[in-house]
Amino acid sequence: MTPQSPLAMPEVSQALCIFFILLLPLALAGLALINTGLSRLRSAAHSMMSTLCVVAVAAVAYFVVGFAWQGYPGLASHTLNIFGKEWNWLGAGRFFLRGVPLDGSRVSLAVLLQLFSVGLAALIPLGAAAERWRLRACCLSTALLAGITYPLFAHWVWGGGWLASLGANFGLGLGFLDAGGSSTVQAVGGLTALSMVWLLGPRRGKYNLEGMPAALPGHNTVYVLFGCVLSLVGWMGLNCAGSILFAGAPPGRIVQVAVNTLLSASGAVLAAAAITRYRFGKPDASLSANGWVCGLVASSAGCAFVPPAAALLIGLVAGALVTYTVAWMEARLGLDDPAGAISVHALGGIWGILAVGLFPRAALVATGAATPAVAPSGQMLAQVVGVATLVGFVLPLTYSLNWLIDRIFPQRIPPEEERHGADLYELGAGAYPEFQTHTDEFSQW
Amino acid sequence: MKITGLLMMPAGWFIVLAALVLLRATLARNIFVTAGLGVEILGLVLFTRAHLMAKGGNE
Repeated sequence: MTPQSPLAMPEVSQALCIFFILLLPLALAGLALINTGLSRLRSAAHSMMSTLCVVAVAAVAYFVVGFAWQGYPGLASHTLNIFGKEWNWLGAGRFFLRGVPLDGSRVSLAVLLQLFSVGLAALIPLGAAAERWRLRACCLSTALLAGITYPLFAHWVWGGGWLASLGANFGLGLGFLDAGGSSTVQAVGGLTALSMVWLLGPRRGKYNLEGMPAALPGHNTVYVLFGCVLSLVGWMGLNCAGSILFAGAPPGRIVQVAVNTLLSASGAVLAAAAITRYRFGKPDASLSANGWVCGLVASSAGCAFVPPAAALLIGLVAGALVTYTVAWMEARLGLDDPAGAISVHALGGIWGILAVGLFPRAALVATGAATPAVAPSGQMLAQVVGVATLVGFVLPLTYSLNWLIDRIFPQRIPPEEERHGADLYELGAGAYPEFQTHTDEFSQW
Repeated sequence: MKITGLLMMPAGWFIVLAALVLLRATLARNIFVTAGLGVEILGLVLFTRAHLMAKGGNE
């Protein structure tokens, strides 16, 4: 790829980048609405309050230590020399963004983008652990995500780390490619969600004594579907800004990035709607929404590299994937994930990463590296190494950190309090005090 | 079983890293990276089964 100076940036790219980054809060709003809509009425206010706290904690933790450890290509970093190869494993910046010029340079724009995208990653576990995760515990967990897990992996991918250098060091295509964060944002958030679901266990009343899951539908489908629309705008910003900052895309290629993002989401929602129509007789709004977001998630890694037809295909597969895995995880693996976050973000992200490896020639052409010296054959292996790092390093790390928190501060709301909902237990008031009544689905307990 | 599963995941990752560092031949490297990923998935399956058994015990 074209070498980039940490500071220099054409003014057109700079202006575009700022515009795209400022769209990103809409992705946060979209995800918050989806999480809230898919949780029950008795925990709606808690869900939105958790969103605000989590985004705030993520921004502060990333400001304090996150960016120092993530860094950016060209900035100082810690490296190891193993068998003659340089392994760049951690940023060596200063805490509290000291020494980072906030002046519109590439580095400063990367900081701004990351402050939002780390919040997006931190919102993902909220959907999976909805209705039973204490506010204090989710803030602590977010601090560890934004301060340790996220910056570490993001450095390897976006900070000039060893995954990004797999091409230069080991001849694996162009190294690990992820323009918009299918791995760094989505899969890291999705695997954290999986850890939380394991640690917290299912909601009270979700499984009967035989282990069969009960349907606990979300309280507002309109929130969920409107959240999907907001997410599209936010994702456009994320993918376009990420492509400029982390894939070196010129302004002219942003059109392709936006087209790919929309096509992927469209393919995914159509696939999900068609499959649920076939399976259940009518399209399922909740699963179709999950499909839409999964299409966005899967689009992120390859949005700057693949042709539009490939983006549509990626979306179609993502939509089918999420439709089957949500039910499978709930029924067979005992994972109570109200927002489908594990399927959507972890599996969708991993599919997006691998999909880049399916179109290696397109990536070479898109980055201007299509020369005989660069073999496209290793691109899939580079992407597989990235997935192996997520499963073999990020998942055990995030599980262990959250297990530690759970030992010190129990993360789950006491089961007897779940009956009244997280709103009353944690906030002292419900989201809809004028008309709140609900049937008790816990009678079997 | 849970701890075994949890430890197998990084073990598989180290196999992947070792394959990158130590092997030059493309085929051997591909095989070992796939094997490492397989060990990780085995760890994930073990961990998930342990989680399911614990859940069954609680019920």
